[in-house]
Amino acid sequence: MPGIDEPDYDSGVVKKFMYVNRKAPFGTIYALEVLEMVLISAAFEQDVHLAFVDDGVYQIKKGQDTKGIGMKSFLPTYRALEGYDIEKLYVEKESLEERGLTADDLVVPVEVIDRAAMAELIDSMDVVLSG
Amino acid sequence: MPAYELNGKTYEHDEEGYLLDVNQWNEELAAILAKGENLPLTSEHWEVIGFLREYYNEYQIAPAVRVLTKAIAKKFGPDKGNNKYLYELFPYGPGKQACKIAGLPKPTGCI
Repeated sequence: MPGIDEPDYDSGVVKKFMYVNRKAPFGTIYALEVLEMVLISAAFEQDVHLAFVDDGVYQIKKGQDTKGIGMKSFLPTYRALEGYDIEKLYVEKESLEERGLTADDLVVPVEVIDRAAMAELIDSMDVVLSG
Repeated sequence: MPAYELNGKTYEHDEEGYLLDVNQWNEELAAILAKGENLPLTSEHWEVIGFLREYYNEYQIAPAVRVLTKAIAKKFGPDKGNNKYLYELFPYGPGKQACKIAGLPKPTGCI
């Protein structure tokens, strides 16, 4: 994780948090770790955003079977985010297109925005964590 | 690894008593876990336990208590989806205690 100032959770100030997912789900621990961090951070009632860019879009791609690699699939857990009031999910249009995917291939409703809009959105955040 | 024993079968659990393998769970084991918590199970308890099992099957996580309360309210109505009702059923927390009896891991987002 990049070095950031410790967020002050007790101040009652709501900050804009963004978790940027860049990696495919199962080759490394990043996707699961970010997802768990997001679920835990929901308790702090911050303004949470998730972005999926590059291979990160594969994290929420439908129809992945992990049996062959002997891992539990955490794909269904993304659908639990709504119940945690985390509903601001953004996917980069170019990343989807480069991989032959559309929003219909994803397990959760997202907002698809282009690279320039994504850059602008990330720039507007108070805290950005990338995995 | 510590384990519960029931009918000659062992059920491994973590240091706080949560089952390691959610698929090993059964109702008989739940009754024993509840007994260990001094909690006689009523049909109201079983309703919450069943709900937690369903939630886990669908999302593969144990819900944080706030999320559980909201989801119960949605399914069973506000009379049951509130802190007072759920803490009366599970005095040590509808997240932590109910999840343990339901064979789920400790809730994600439970701090």
